[in-house]
Amino acid sequence: MKEFPRGAMLTGIAALVLSLSSVAEAADEKKALLTGASTEMIVNTCVACHGQKGISKGPSIPSLGGMSEAYIVEMMEGYASGEIPSTIMGRLAQGYNEEEIEQMGKYFAAQEYVFAKQESNAAQVAKGEKLHDKFCEKCHSESGTVADDDSGFLSGQWKPYLAAQIMDYRSKDRMATKKMMKKVKALNEKHGDAGFEALLEYYSSK
Amino acid sequence: MSTNQSRRKFVQGLGVATAGGLLGMPGLVLGASKKVVVIGGGTAGATAARYVRMADPSIDVTIIEANKDYVTCYLSNEVLSGVRNIDSLTHGFTGLKKEGINVVHDNVTGIDANAKKVKTKSGKSYSYDRCIVAPGIDFKWDTIEGYDEATSKSIPHAWKAGAQTTTLRKQLASMKDGGTVIVAPPPNPFRCPPGPPERVSQIALYLKSEKPKSKIILLDPKPKFSKFGLFIQGWEKYYGFGTDNSMIDFVKEDGVVKVDAKGMTVTTQSGNTVKGDVINVIPAQKAGMVGAAAGLTDDKGWCPVDLGTFESTIHKNIHIIGDASVATGMPKSGYAANSQAKVCAAAVAAMLNGQEPGTPSYVNTCYSIIAKDWGISVAAVYRLAEDGSKITKVAGGLTPKDASEEYHRREVLNAYSWYNNIVADAFGG
Repeated sequence: MKEFPRGAMLTGIAALVLSLSSVAEAADEKKALLTGASTEMIVNTCVACHGQKGISKGPSIPSLGGMSEAYIVEMMEGYASGEIPSTIMGRLAQGYNEEEIEQMGKYFAAQEYVFAKQESNAAQVAKGEKLHDKFCEKCHSESGTVADDDSGFLSGQWKPYLAAQIMDYRSKDRMATKKMMKKVKALNEKHGDAGFEALLEYYSSK
Repeated sequence: MSTNQSRRKFVQGLGVATAGGLLGMPGLVLGASKKVVVIGGGTAGATAARYVRMADPSIDVTIIEANKDYVTCYLSNEVLSGVRNIDSLTHGFTGLKKEGINVVHDNVTGIDANAKKVKTKSGKSYSYDRCIVAPGIDFKWDTIEGYDEATSKSIPHAWKAGAQTTTLRKQLASMKDGGTVIVAPPPNPFRCPPGPPERVSQIALYLKSEKPKSKIILLDPKPKFSKFGLFIQGWEKYYGFGTDNSMIDFVKEDGVVKVDAKGMTVTTQSGNTVKGDVINVIPAQKAGMVGAAAGLTDDKGWCPVDLGTFESTIHKNIHIIGDASVATGMPKSGYAANSQAKVCAAAVAAMLNGQEPGTPSYVNTCYSIIAKDWGISVAAVYRLAEDGSKITKVAGGLTPKDASEEYHRREVLNAYSWYNNIVADAFGG
């Protein structure tokens, strides 16, 4: 899936918005706006999609509760810049300033991570565990459940969300660190689609 | 994990209520009256009740809702296509009760703003310090000749989900192949701007599979509708729009002015009479009945409010949220109702504690599902203008015109995820 860089996306969206909105509306946008909302107020805008305390009911919107502040901030900045592909988050992330993103980070970091209840294919779980240990565990410790790794969560995260990330990493729509891209490439070469599928089954077996 | 569990057990041992915060004390003990009455147990009302309690568990919250269950309008178009069962959209009030909210099933007949009392049909009276009114919408029954509340039993609007939705679904299921479905949306402003074209899409999804010779005629008083370009693109891809075989006929700027229920025809503004095998009329709207009954409406029939606190600009100590409010800058959507409820709840809790309400933050996302793996969305983040004049969009936008199939597939799954999370947000659990 190709995600266009922020500049092109903004041009496209701006053209659409300008064609639909009146001149008066454009002028309103110049008005001074209130800032300084409390953390509670800010995160209240997240939980209708991401779940109470950042624990999502799924099936595809990810849980955020328990993620490290650094990771939340990195993701939000990536969405805002367009570097990290998304459907909705790129559009929403641009609406929050640096302080607000930090507030989100602090809040979710203070929450408890709860594993999603999901079905998994028992036959593939054992294979997935082996592949995780070989290719992912180094940076996603304890099966990807340690917030301080600043690498998100794998085990217990919603499968369709993880599947989308894997797809985006494999197609290079989403760029990872050099180390990770090497691991993704190696796993792809040695095990292909089946390897990534097994990983997903492992992560949703916990 | 274990720390939270042992803390919870410790607190339960003390006999202190665990709903909301651990430091909450019953209002009676402190002597300060902090009573909130919420009118309407829909998305806005239920969310407000929960969030007031979450902000300050010492506030006594009563919610008055006529129905035993709430059926969400959002995603109800999938009941029409048969994709979804209406049970999945039906939510009870056990969750709110578990959080210490008093749930009353009754009809509100009015509000005595001076005495600060809410009156109900059964003759009861509920005192409040602050009242939050979330009555949704009601219809302007006098705008279409031959169409009133009685007619809507057989010619459903299905713009309040529940029995109306299942009636319309049954009619579609009984229609012969080759039949004509008429969808007649209202003029602005109305609940859920992308709702009518999503309805057309879901009906087309059903007909394409089960009754492919059938047609849908959309008779719209407006020149365009929400997410117009994206809907047309989806209809071109899935339903032959723009070809001779188009399943959908979009008639713009020619709304329905008359209905002949017996003859099963509608007449449009231009004088055109159209026959339908299934007719869905969505009449012009106004604030839910309680709004007018309580003297909270303006001359257009909606409730003007302070955009930061949602307090009525007509009566003090009464707040109006959701579809019924004039929330300048935000659409009338389920997500907006939920967002406004949280801003309002925070303001109410602050005001009841003698504090200034804080800076608000608002969000909205509207998902529409055009076909099984083709979803679209419009999203926005808002801030309040310093002069209080508008809830101002600062970021957001639509699904890109050149979004991939995979993007559209993900939007459908995200729509379902949003649904699961927002109903838990509103109704608990």
